[in-house]
Amino acid sequence: MATVVFPDSFLEFTAGTREVETAAPCYRDLLTELKARWPDLTEMLDRSAVAIDGQIYQDAFLEEIQPHSEVFFMARIEGG
Amino acid sequence: MAEAVDYKQIGTRPVRPDGVDKVTGRARFGADLILPNMVHGRVLRSPHAHARIKSIDLAPALEMDGVVAAISGADFPDVEGGEVGGEGGGTLGDVAKNIMARDKVLYHGHAVAAVAATSPALANAALEAIKVEYEVLPPVLDVLAAMEDGAVLVNENNFTQGVESADKPSNVAAVGKLARGNLDEGFAAADLVIEREYKVPMAHQGYIEPHACVASIDETGRGSVWCCTQGHFEFRANTAKILNKDIADLKFIASEIGGGFGGKTVVYLEPLAVMLSEKSGQPVKMTMTREEVFRATGPTSGTVARVKLGVKNDGTITAADAWVAFEAGAFAGAPTMPGMMAIYAPYDLENFSVEVFDVLVNKPKVAAYRAPGAPQTMHAFECALDEAAIALDMDPLDLRMKNAADEGTQAPYGPKFPAIGFKACLEAAKAHPNYTKPVPEGAGRGVSAGFWFNIGMQSSAEININENGTVMVIEGSPDIGGSRASMCLMAAETLGVEYDQVRAQVGDTESTGFCNVTGGSRTTFATGLAVTQACEDVIAECKKRAAMSWGLDEDQVEWQDGSAVPGPGVNADVSPMSLADLAGSAAKTGGPIQGRASVNAQGAGASFSINFTDIAVDRDTGKTEVLSYTAIQDAGTAIHPAYVEGQMQGGAAQGLGWALNEEYVYDDNGVMENAGFLDYRIPVASDLPMIDTEIVEVPNPSHPYGVRGVGETPIVAPLAAVSNAVSRAVGKRLCDLPLSPPNILAALDD
Repeated sequence: MATVVFPDSFLEFTAGTREVETAAPCYRDLLTELKARWPDLTEMLDRSAVAIDGQIYQDAFLEEIQPHSEVFFMARIEGG
Repeated sequence: MAEAVDYKQIGTRPVRPDGVDKVTGRARFGADLILPNMVHGRVLRSPHAHARIKSIDLAPALEMDGVVAAISGADFPDVEGGEVGGEGGGTLGDVAKNIMARDKVLYHGHAVAAVAATSPALANAALEAIKVEYEVLPPVLDVLAAMEDGAVLVNENNFTQGVESADKPSNVAAVGKLARGNLDEGFAAADLVIEREYKVPMAHQGYIEPHACVASIDETGRGSVWCCTQGHFEFRANTAKILNKDIADLKFIASEIGGGFGGKTVVYLEPLAVMLSEKSGQPVKMTMTREEVFRATGPTSGTVARVKLGVKNDGTITAADAWVAFEAGAFAGAPTMPGMMAIYAPYDLENFSVEVFDVLVNKPKVAAYRAPGAPQTMHAFECALDEAAIALDMDPLDLRMKNAADEGTQAPYGPKFPAIGFKACLEAAKAHPNYTKPVPEGAGRGVSAGFWFNIGMQSSAEININENGTVMVIEGSPDIGGSRASMCLMAAETLGVEYDQVRAQVGDTESTGFCNVTGGSRTTFATGLAVTQACEDVIAECKKRAAMSWGLDEDQVEWQDGSAVPGPGVNADVSPMSLADLAGSAAKTGGPIQGRASVNAQGAGASFSINFTDIAVDRDTGKTEVLSYTAIQDAGTAIHPAYVEGQMQGGAAQGLGWALNEEYVYDDNGVMENAGFLDYRIPVASDLPMIDTEIVEVPNPSHPYGVRGVGETPIVAPLAAVSNAVSRAVGKRLCDLPLSPPNILAALDD
């Protein structure tokens, strides 16, 4: 199972759950899974970036999640 | 990915394609366009930092001969929420209220009305004729005061995000937190604990070219806008949304740009000019004065940061705790998140916490500024590290190396780093002749690390092969730091042709595909990726055309050194076909040769830096002299090294200015007292030594040429490098910027 880690900003919507495991094969399916479990988290998920195995995606969609992947949600990066 | 040493074009330093036009004055910037029948727009700005608007009477202005239009907040549709897009902080509704106040003015200089008239002088006179009644309110200007219970509220409807049950309004728009490990255990394991409060002032991006635009809208509501911008696609989108128009009705053309640094990623004048042009039926030019630029655009956040650092005697960091309050200005959207994620990024820490606050004050709404948020937070932590190095009698580079992040280190913001160049930067600094030489008498040497994530986002590019085989690149990223040259180099490298065969053009919103703003150090990475892929599209087409000409299958043709050739083992008595050959026969093989690509580039590579500087201080006057400054940065592959060095030097110069002199000075009523370059002192050439640079090239594995991006990181390290140098020079820890002569004298007298 892949590990999914939430930042502090998610915790008020996940009742304090910081880490979950997932068998979702891709990011799209992971989002579906998380939104179904925590509907109030939807907006936060949609405006977050995600790192899958160290690779940061501002707009992930079909990126693969391997059985031992590490998935970190994080704030989207801006810049000047 | 190819190795840098194999490149023929990448890594060379050709003359910039826009250079001659810029040094001869031919380049056309935002204010240079003149159209027939054009009129001039001007903005009436609030004389109060905080006030309720009781009434606005535009009639006296409209009655004047030569005044063709006048508008106020009442003319604008309501826009609530909505994404700004690109890199703007806050919401589109906030942007709409920022460019034209509705019921309240929230800072001195906030726009309350605008006019268009047949001359600038007449437009100014018309502003004086407009009658505005205000109910003046007390302003809140200090970030700590704004956080107190009972503080004057900038926005009575602001409830803190990021905290459960925020049941009453406050000036804190949002809080954020990152933490890992156990702070108590970390500090208990420390041999030394440093605890300080640091202040960084609000500062402007300081671009030389003021905001300017020309809008020409016809009677159907359609038209064009020429403007200086870091992203004309997002300016079009935001202007259309603020005015409730269809984006397809507006064409945006990016002019040359005289600096942006993040400050030209958001609209100020463009929606006003469009509305004034639509009302008057005439083209409208609007250009800000320098004073308006200072009072109503940018800046970046001032901050108060409290840091507690625990280290062992061998330099190992055992715990780090930070609390940072950011001034957002009048609307939410300070760069708290990137500041929070960047503060410890160069280091491999077990126990840390950082908490950030986005705080409303009656000052201009902040905008992005190079590596937004990172200079402020990293200033605090890098200063604490320096103090620890002094206390431990340890070389500050060695202290950083002891704790340095490397490939596989879990970044404070979550993921494990792929290949990064921080240790390589530290090693380069340790060996640099400016570091191995003794510190000059009377000076201090300050060291700091820098970091920025870099980003990708969306870009498009088209390649047209001209009839003679020359190459035209069209893309939509305004060229701020030399991207046209970089695009030409990547196109030439990919196609296997000479740089001189390639030209690049920034297309308008109707002539090329969507591109996000030029910012976040993304353009060479992401638009470069689009250009590279568009060239590969051209190559595929060329191979097809050659195969057609030779009677071979497409997979029997390869592309080598700018020509189609038969593949290995293919028995064909033919000569290689160059781009010129293929273009010359294109009419017979299917018509003009083109390639195109659109990307949403992922996998941007982080960029780390080490800066160090020797600074002397006159203890009698407080005057500083920067004796030397050295910037070392992992930029990934340097496509055009001179431009990379220029970015590093420019960021260092801006950081030196911020650290040594730049600050917004307000009176008690919230009126900025130094809204001009005479009093807001950015560095001039005589203030600076030659900035020495060293590019460390650890290629980004996620880009075909290893690009990371370079423009953000250079401004991060200078603030702490300067603080640390001055503190060492005077033998006392100076925690507040700017380190201007009066501030240094005051600190020494304490």
